Amino acid sequence: MDNIFINIAGWIRDFIAGFGLSEGLVYLAMVLVKFVAVLVFVLLNVVFLVYMERRVAGFFQERLGPNRVGPQGIFQLVMDILKLLSKEDIVPAGADKLVYKTAAYVIFVPTMLVYMVIPFGKGMNVIDLNMGLFYILAVSSLTTLIIFMAGWGSRNKYSLIGGMRAVAQMVSYEIPFVFSFLGVIMLTGSLKLSTIVEAQQDVWFIVLQPIAFIIFLIAGNAEINRGPFDLPEGEQELVAGYHTEYTAGRFAMFYMAEYANLLAMAAIGTTVFLGGWHGPWLPGWLWFFIKMYILVFGQMWVRWTFPRIRIDHMMHFNWKVLLPISLANILVTGIGIKAYEMLRTMGWW
Amino acid sequence: MLQQYSGLGIYLIAAIIFPFIIVFVALILGPKRPNPEKLTTYECGLDTQGPTWVQFKINYFLYALVFVVFDVETVFLYPWAVKFQALGLFAFIEMIIFIAILVIGLWYAWKEGALEWM
Repeated sequence: MDNIFINIAGWIRDFIAGFGLSEGLVYLAMVLVKFVAVLVFVLLNVVFLVYMERRVAGFFQERLGPNRVGPQGIFQLVMDILKLLSKEDIVPAGADKLVYKTAAYVIFVPTMLVYMVIPFGKGMNVIDLNMGLFYILAVSSLTTLIIFMAGWGSRNKYSLIGGMRAVAQMVSYEIPFVFSFLGVIMLTGSLKLSTIVEAQQDVWFIVLQPIAFIIFLIAGNAEINRGPFDLPEGEQELVAGYHTEYTAGRFAMFYMAEYANLLAMAAIGTTVFLGGWHGPWLPGWLWFFIKMYILVFGQMWVRWTFPRIRIDHMMHFNWKVLLPISLANILVTGIGIKAYEMLRTMGWW
Repeated sequence: MLQQYSGLGIYLIAAIIFPFIIVFVALILGPKRPNPEKLTTYECGLDTQGPTWVQFKINYFLYALVFVVFDVETVFLYPWAVKFQALGLFAFIEMIIFIAILVIGLWYAWKEGALEWM
């Protein structure tokens, strides 16, 4: 059971190699096959997450949520897709058309690029880059730019305010987000995600780096514009912020990217802090999936429990609370590692 | 190594193509009945007043500046963190000094009110 997906990948690889292609071409073909697998995984999860969010929100607010289409409303997701795809595609006359359209096309790309290095199980990643974590941070920060493109290109005052807020928020929270991983990297001495997971064989990093994990959760939540940090969207004040003017397929891209980001954030948290595929009895990929969904549920819980915070409070909290704490965390981790080494060399440990 | 990055290239191309497919499908399935009313900017049903692309609050820019300082710092911190255990005490103290300089920078920005939202 543990190797089921690896075996399937092996069969496909053998099948492709059967055409007599060279080593390099087989590798590239396998990347494409894995891309399709990841894409299907992400899309299915995104569709389910949309349903789950509405349902969970319903229960948190003592109402039912979607429950009409199919048992427990499970076919609501099919209807959602059909509805999104069958709407008219509107490009506002005043919009900066090139920027407006480009933003919708590229919003999903950074998210997909993040999934490329996530190890969904032992040996189950598309490409195991040796600078995986750094790559994730580099790629995911592109989202800021694309959201601003959407806000600017729409030529709508609400969109522009949403875009501006998104930039201010995502740029600010990126710093504690990036710093929260430093402790883990100091402990493992590697940026390769599979190595980071393997280092958590005995102790998950959530035990060694609890403060970093909390910083990661808060800053990650702000990075994906969810929960109490949904100021860029703010339905009640900005209509929908940067994607007010988008419709049909283009809106679908934004919506999908939002939930794919949520899932990606949970996947990163699982990999770096919750021990990835490690766990007893069940196969590794199932453990990964369970942990990922626990984090996703936590984020939904936070979103539907806390009210939206004011922008000055948000900025103060980031620069005057989270950032000093994350810097102190690096310092304490460094001192801790050095003290531990010293005790070991002196034979006291 | 090179193979990995060529794989990344293929992956990137595939990821860029996918949204075009979705938008294209939506374009085929959706109706196309544009009229001038529909194409106006949606601002809660009111006609839009004045230009949209105006001068913006300076605060956003100040935060961006502080961000650049710290983001460049992370570029230095990451390689240091990877090699932390191998580098020994000297690199550790060196990095404490480096962070201390940045903390002074943060303190200065704080003192000068760059972190206040006005």
